[in-house]
Amino acid sequence: MSVQPAMPKCWNMETKPHKFCPGCGHGLVLKALGQAIDELGIQDKVVFGCDIGCSLLSWDFFKVDTVQTHHGRTTPVITGIKRANPAMLGIAYMGDGGGYAIGAQHLVSAATRNERITVILVNNTQYGMTGGQMAPTTMPGQKTETSPYGRDEESTGYPTQGPEMVAAITPEGAYVARGTVANVKQLKGFIKKALENQMAGNGFSFVEALSTCPTNWRTNAEDTWKFVEEKMTKYFKVGEIKVPGPREKEGQ
Amino acid sequence: MPEKPIQGEKRVFMTGNEVIAWAALAANADIMYGYPITPQNEIMHYWTRMIPKYNRKFLQTEDELSAGFTTVGGVLAGRRAFTATAGPGNTLMQEPMSMAEAMRLPVVVVVQQRGGPSTATVIYSQQEVTMTTLGGNGEGLRVVYSTATHQELYDYTIKAFNTAWKYRFPTFVLGDGYQAKMRESLTMYDPADRGIEMVATEPYVGKPGMPGVDRDPTHLRNTYNVEEELYEVLEQYLADYAKAAPEIAEYEAFDTDDAELVVISHGVVSRAGKAAVQELRQAGYKVGYFRPITLRPLPVDQLREVANKAKQFLVVESANGQLDRLVKEATFGCPVEMLPLFKPGVGITTEEVVARVKEIKG
Repeated sequence: MSVQPAMPKCWNMETKPHKFCPGCGHGLVLKALGQAIDELGIQDKVVFGCDIGCSLLSWDFFKVDTVQTHHGRTTPVITGIKRANPAMLGIAYMGDGGGYAIGAQHLVSAATRNERITVILVNNTQYGMTGGQMAPTTMPGQKTETSPYGRDEESTGYPTQGPEMVAAITPEGAYVARGTVANVKQLKGFIKKALENQMAGNGFSFVEALSTCPTNWRTNAEDTWKFVEEKMTKYFKVGEIKVPGPREKEGQ
Repeated sequence: MPEKPIQGEKRVFMTGNEVIAWAALAANADIMYGYPITPQNEIMHYWTRMIPKYNRKFLQTEDELSAGFTTVGGVLAGRRAFTATAGPGNTLMQEPMSMAEAMRLPVVVVVQQRGGPSTATVIYSQQEVTMTTLGGNGEGLRVVYSTATHQELYDYTIKAFNTAWKYRFPTFVLGDGYQAKMRESLTMYDPADRGIEMVATEPYVGKPGMPGVDRDPTHLRNTYNVEEELYEVLEQYLADYAKAAPEIAEYEAFDTDDAELVVISHGVVSRAGKAAVQELRQAGYKVGYFRPITLRPLPVDQLREVANKAKQFLVVESANGQLDRLVKEATFGCPVEMLPLFKPGVGITTEEVVARVKEIKG
C-alpha cells in the first residue's frame, strides 16, 4: 500500500506524524481547520495562535504564521495582532481550561467587543497536558485527578456552557457553534463559516469542538467514542448557536 | 499623510503623562493598548484625544494581562506598540513581559510607580524597581530607563522604542506618580530634527508571500522540550544582552573624583541627591553624585570605578533598598561602605539628604 491519506495542503509535513497522543481529538480538529484554510485559500493571511496545554503542541503544525503564547492568553495576543494589522485573519486555538478558566476574562471581553477574530476551543472535559485534572467542562460525576470521587456539582458547579455564554454576550454579527470530532465534516463546515464571518468583518466567531482524551479518560477506543458521542452530547448540544443576520424584532 | 505632531522645537509646560503621550506620537508609535490605573491614566487620555488627527490606534483592554499580551500582538504584527501601567497593574504586566523576553519582542512599557505593596497609595514610590528590572519568571532580559525630569520622560520615551527595536528586548520607561502628575517645562521636538532616526520595525507574522512556498512560515514559541534546548537559546540571549549592556547603560555623575561620600539615587529622587551634593560641596564637604539612568542594565563599570575610590556610598531611594540591592550586587568586592537613606513610598527632599550626610560626617 502506497496510498497516502489526504492531508490538508497547509499542513506542515515536516512535523507529521503529529505530537498528540494516540486517540487524541486535536489532530481531527486541526485537520478540519486545515481543510477550511485550504478551501478558503487563506494560508498567506492566517496568523494561528496556540495556547498552553496540549494545544501548544500545534506550534509548528501548519505552514502558516504561528505564535505559541501563555495559558489563556492566546485571545489577547491574536486580538493585538488583528487590531494592529486588520488584513490578517486571526485564529486563537485553545483548550477548555485556557478559554473558560484562566483566560475566561479575555474570551468574555473579546466576545463583548465583537473582536474580528476566530476562537477555536477544544473541549475534552479535563486538563490533558497537566495530567487530567478537573476542568470547567468536566461532566457531573466524572472522575479526574482533582475530582477522584467524581465531579460534585454541589461544591464545584456545573460544566461551563461556553458557546451558549458567548452567544449571549456577543453583539449582532457574531458566529457561534459547537461541533464534535465525531462529525468532522460538520465541524469543518462550522470552522469554515467562522472564518468566513471574520473575512466578512461581521464580528467575533467562536467554535467549540467536543474532543477526546483516551489517555486521561482511561478509555479504550469504544468507550472513548461513546463518551464523546453519547455522554458529552447530553450536556453539550452540537450545532450552530448563533449566526449573523437580523434578529426577529420583538412583537413582530 | 497626517502632519508631524511636533514641528520645529516647542517649549511647553505640561504634566509627565501628557509628555509621554506626545513623545509616543513623535516617535511614530502606531498603537497603544492600555487599562486604567492611577497614576498613569492621563497617558491614555491624551493619546486617545490626539490620535484621530495622526491616524494612530488605541485599544482599552479588560486588564493589564490583556494590555500586555495585546501589545505583544501589536509588536508581532510589526507595529511600534506600547502600553502603560503602575503598581498592581505592573504586577500583572510581568506575565506578558516574560513572554516578550522569551521571544525577544520589542515591547515598550511606561511604568508610573505608586505605593506598594498591594493597592497602597496611588501617589508615588520607587518600589517597582525590583519588579520592573527583574520581574517575571526568567533572567531580567530587559532594559529599564529611570527618568528624573519631564525632558527625560520625552527623550527616553522616544529612545525606548529605538532601544527595544534595535536590541529586541522589552524596554521600560520607569517614572513615578510625581513625574506623572506634576507640570514642568520641557522642549518637545521631532526626532528627525535632532538627527534621531527611528529604528525600522518589521513584522514577525504576516510577512509578504505564501508561507511554505515563497518563504518559511513563522513558528514562534516559548516552550521547549528539554533542558539543553532551552539552555542553548538562553545562552545566546544572555550573550546578546551582555554585549548590548555597555552600549545601553547610561548614567549621570559629578564630583566623584575626590569624593569621600557619593550619593547614589535614581529617578525623581536624584533631583534631591543632585541639589544636596551641590549644596554640601559649597559647604566644603567632599561629596559626589552618581545616578544610574539605566537600572537594567546598570552602568556596572562606572559604578565600580567610583566604588573603588570613594569611602562611602549613601543610597537614597523611596523604597526599602531596591536600588541598594542592585548597587550592592554591581559593586561586590569593592571596599566601599554602603549607607542607607530609605523612605519606602515617600518622597525625599534635598534637606533630608543634606541632613543625613551631615549626620554621617559629623
